[in-house]
Amino acid sequence: MRVGVVVFPGSNCDRDALWAVERAGAEPVELWHAEADLKGVDAVILPGGFSYGDYLRPGAIARFAAVMGPVERFAREGGPVLGICNGFQVLCEAHLLPGALLQNRRLRFVCRRVRVRVERSDTPWTAACRPGHELTLPVAHNEGNYFADPATLSRLEEEGRIVLRYLENPNGSANGIAGVCSEGRNVVGLMPHPERASDPVLGSEEGLKILGSVLVGARV
Amino acid sequence: MKVRVLVRPKRGILDPQGEAVRGALPALGFEGVRSVRVGRLIEMEVESDAEVEAMCRRLLANPTTEEYEWEVVG
Repeated sequence: MRVGVVVFPGSNCDRDALWAVERAGAEPVELWHAEADLKGVDAVILPGGFSYGDYLRPGAIARFAAVMGPVERFAREGGPVLGICNGFQVLCEAHLLPGALLQNRRLRFVCRRVRVRVERSDTPWTAACRPGHELTLPVAHNEGNYFADPATLSRLEEEGRIVLRYLENPNGSANGIAGVCSEGRNVVGLMPHPERASDPVLGSEEGLKILGSVLVGARV
Repeated sequence: MKVRVLVRPKRGILDPQGEAVRGALPALGFEGVRSVRVGRLIEMEVESDAEVEAMCRRLLANPTTEEYEWEVVG
């Protein structure tokens, strides 16, 4: 299985994501933002970082990068897409996921490990987990406060589209949301960084549960 | 022509920057400030204003969380 990681100007978790994808047992493929080509990958990751310096709004400019046309088509055809942190912000700006990530409630950049609960295992990025499974994953963001209007939030809850929830809310996110999925369930956005918990030397490899899930999904 | 676009958080949306500024003003002796909203001002020089509305919708503002208004200023 080949997993592409998009590199935008200002991405800073792309190398970590490529490395972690390999640790998870897949073949990592670097995808360049300026090329409208997914190189035939089976899944796409939009990594963390500060694409285009977070200018205007995080993800607002990256969302129009040349590579995003094929990413949007791939997502609409059911291909597995994972947005991590800034990647989640890009997916919201691109309307591949609902809502938006606002500035953290207490105006502080949050950089620490948090406990999250996997709410759903019926997505390609959580298929190796059980619902209720608790993971400890690093977060590092200034805009991680998930917002959606009340009607959208209740629809997300009813449709079981909250994928990860914080056990202790670090940023003021609505309903403690740490990750959501698309209507088709194949597009997932997460604020926590699974690639930063992908080796015992980093203190945890629980993130491989997320990154390795896409391999489980492929076998189904 | 010059166009000025004002983007700000929608009503009811938490604005932590505005709150922080509101909290700082009394510390300087400015009393009686009930609320502060922090937005963004974008000035552009354009050949025509025909597409400014579309620019606002597609890029300059996020309709999920922000409202915008724009005017030709010269």
